[in-house]
Amino acid sequence: MSAPGELRVPVLPSGTRRRLVHGGFIAIALLYVGILVIAPLIGIAWAAFQAGWSTIVSTLKQPDVLHAFYLTGVITVITVIVTSIFGVIVALVIARDRFPGRALMSAAVDLPLAVSPVIVGLMAVVLFGLGGWFEPWFTSHGIRILFAVPSMVLVTIFICIPFVIREVVPVLQEVGVTEEEAARTLGASSMQTFFRVTLKNIRWGLLYGIALTTARSIGEIGAVLIVSGQLTGQTETATLYVLRAFDQFQDDQGYIVALTLALVSIVLLVLIEIFKRRQERTQRT
Amino acid sequence: MSTQTLERPAAPPPAPPGAGRRPSVAIRSALARWGLRGTALVYLGLIVALPTVAVITRGFQDGLQSLRDALNAPGAREAIVLTLVLAAVTAIINVIFGTLIAYVLVRYEFPGRAWLSTIVDIPFAIPTLVTGVMLRALYGPNSVIGGFLEGHGIHVIFAQLGILLALLFVTLPLVVRTVQPVLLEIDEAEEEAARVLGATRWYTFRRVVLPKLRSGIAAGGLLAFARAIGEFGAVVIVSGNIIGKTLTAPVLIFQLASQFQPNQAAAVATLLFAISFVLVLVTERLVGARNKDAV
Amino acid sequence: MTAAHQMTGTPIRVENLWKRFGGFEAVKDVTFTAEAGSITALLGPSGSGKSTVLRMIAGLEEPTAGRIWMEGEEHTFKTVQERRVGFVFQHFALFRHMTVAQNVAFGLSVRKQPKSQQRARVQDLLELVQLTGFRDRYPDQLSGGQRQRVALARALAPQPKVLLLDEPFGALDARVRQELRRWLDDLHQELGVTSLLVTHDQDEALELANRIVVMHEGRVEQVGSPDEVYDEPATPFVAGFVGSSSVLHGHVVDGHVQFGDHRVPGAGHLAEGEPARAFIRPHDVRVTTTPLGGSLPASVERIVNLGWLSRVVLRLPDDQVLTAEIPNDELGGVEVGSSVSVDLRRAKAFPSAAVEDLELATEMTATPAGP
Repeated sequence: MSAPGELRVPVLPSGTRRRLVHGGFIAIALLYVGILVIAPLIGIAWAAFQAGWSTIVSTLKQPDVLHAFYLTGVITVITVIVTSIFGVIVALVIARDRFPGRALMSAAVDLPLAVSPVIVGLMAVVLFGLGGWFEPWFTSHGIRILFAVPSMVLVTIFICIPFVIREVVPVLQEVGVTEEEAARTLGASSMQTFFRVTLKNIRWGLLYGIALTTARSIGEIGAVLIVSGQLTGQTETATLYVLRAFDQFQDDQGYIVALTLALVSIVLLVLIEIFKRRQERTQRT
Repeated sequence: MSTQTLERPAAPPPAPPGAGRRPSVAIRSALARWGLRGTALVYLGLIVALPTVAVITRGFQDGLQSLRDALNAPGAREAIVLTLVLAAVTAIINVIFGTLIAYVLVRYEFPGRAWLSTIVDIPFAIPTLVTGVMLRALYGPNSVIGGFLEGHGIHVIFAQLGILLALLFVTLPLVVRTVQPVLLEIDEAEEEAARVLGATRWYTFRRVVLPKLRSGIAAGGLLAFARAIGEFGAVVIVSGNIIGKTLTAPVLIFQLASQFQPNQAAAVATLLFAISFVLVLVTERLVGARNKDAV
Repeated sequence: MTAAHQMTGTPIRVENLWKRFGGFEAVKDVTFTAEAGSITALLGPSGSGKSTVLRMIAGLEEPTAGRIWMEGEEHTFKTVQERRVGFVFQHFALFRHMTVAQNVAFGLSVRKQPKSQQRARVQDLLELVQLTGFRDRYPDQLSGGQRQRVALARALAPQPKVLLLDEPFGALDARVRQELRRWLDDLHQELGVTSLLVTHDQDEALELANRIVVMHEGRVEQVGSPDEVYDEPATPFVAGFVGSSSVLHGHVVDGHVQFGDHRVPGAGHLAEGEPARAFIRPHDVRVTTTPLGGSLPASVERIVNLGWLSRVVLRLPDDQVLTAEIPNDELGGVEVGSSVSVDLRRAKAFPSAAVEDLELATEMTATPAGP
């Protein structure tokens, strides 16, 4: 039809066909997400409510369930506080300070993202378990790290380190130092400058990072499973409870607590989306 | 009087830096800088560097013996192979669909677009264990769909398909959110120019967009792979951990650790960790090169 | 030496200031003073070190060597906060999460002034900068010019002893720049705060400043009034940078610079027979169609009509280029391609020095070609 060697560029299809093709792409995307993500959510809601309302209520009132939620909450709060405070400090150093080894520091921050949680649990075992580097010191002082809450907090902190830092660093870089310089020329001390200018500017990035940390901390299973020793009522988080429930064929309870966790995560997700949108908006101004 | 003419100087060089500065000022600023730096270094050193080194040391404390023992454990080799294969399949599938979803989110306007974007982030927020539970609820032998599929010989729970679904779920947002910013960066003007010249969207995508997207897609795929080889929570509930069939490397490490074989666990862990770490480094290189303007 | 420079009231004195960044010397041996109530401009191209000098005076950078005095007191080692200077940044640096009123009040609230006092002062300042209706707006709701006025109000609020402005109009549109320049002049008349202004725009410096410190590559080239700097440039750089000039190369003969048959006075300070370059202002060039003895022959290459005068680009027989600006009613018969006679009134002569100076001169001769 066309001469050999002539460039053949496909012709634009008619309007209807084009719309069908685009619609097709959108449909595929929606279908994939629907099957992969939405369906399981519906599944768990259905399974939980299958158990009946009274079971739901009684499960949520069980002492070991309540303790599990409580423990998850405590670990999460501590993790959020520690990773936020130190995270902001590290972010300030990475974004503003220039010194050899800065790249290494940045890589260290990303390391927890690459590591499987079971390996993190293993790290704690290697450090604090029998024959571990720190074990003798803690044992001689009568402090239990492993198979107790402290190790669970430590592994969760490890896993959550990157979130705040990775969200705050780009904001710090984007915002720059001139506002802080202006504050200093107006007489503000370093503390005043930090709290009144810097912190306000990283606000949304920080909150976004905190929301991500909270979600991750609530959902942690691999590492805490290894270090907890699974002592019911003492070192069992909500996720560990669910695991045990299924192990012990208490599927109904498992579904109910899992659904609760899913609902909490959805609320967190909404917050995450809000903070993310706010952060993007600030970046653009 | 007020006009000064300067000769090109034969002026003497200035006093060495720091000369004439009050020592307390120099100390004050150095302390402030090192205070912050030091805190950061100690925090990361203690929490990240130390444990990493500890595991690697433990794993190879007895040379390669621990690794050999671990690999000789029943189902160990199969576990590692299975993990790598499933992670690769996950990465490939999610690269295709993830890129499609990212493209749809960036280039199209349609009702429910914000919803789609939010739903894509769900796996970031949901605990991995809950993911496994959800899959079990949906495809378990007691459920409607599960029963139906089993009747036709398709096993999801306690089979590799279930693991794959779990891995696809948790890695989807990784790919989408890695590809999206790259797509956003690409100037739509180039695509429009191609279409004005008569190209279809697919042609434009293939010849104009895709080449630029390559590094973003590769980064997304690598991140998904690295994440997938380490996934525990979703897999442990869904797979049944059957030796030789559905046992994955992370679960193997867990089992070795609970059986008080920390050295072997550490050896396998170091192996797995080395693979993921290299992957993440490569990804940083690919993605970091684009984000250099932010620095 | 110290006693003489400790005159109470000299708002700013900078002595032998040096700044090194790693291997790079940004500021080399800079010395100057600023009189009370004056506006002193630090004028120079980018990279001349002028912003660095300003920041060292503010305390935002530490000098590698040298000393800074303000109002007779040594400030070299004082912190930024202790110096109580007002600083206006090129890109405004307004606190984006605070309203205009909160921005202006910042310097006062940091010093824990009572709220009522703060409010009164903010009101006064907003009136001064003519932005009274904007107190509750946020920076991203303001135009560039408005933002800079807020920045100025903010800097003035704590009653600084000195006002430092770092290319304050650099980020604004040309028209806004002109408006604000005039407005700053008026403001300064009213307030009388000693001001130090960094700029690369020589029109701005010539218009606003009482004294100009011309800087180039980290060094001070000349310190003087605008007239002095314009009419009596001390170095080839100043001659080329301030105002436009053509540069012609010739030889020194009897106190004049000679090119061919023509000579122009102004080389009295140079040695006889030395090769020299003459910087010639466009308005010091006379062009006639009738040949005159002792004048330079030239051909007209281009004429650009600028309204009431024209810029005429002339090519000399030895291929040098000369630019003249002639009022249109004095053009009489001068057209593109015509041969004319050129008479140079005045020139500022300097020795033809090293290669780098030659390159600078080539840059200068190339500039007058634009439309």
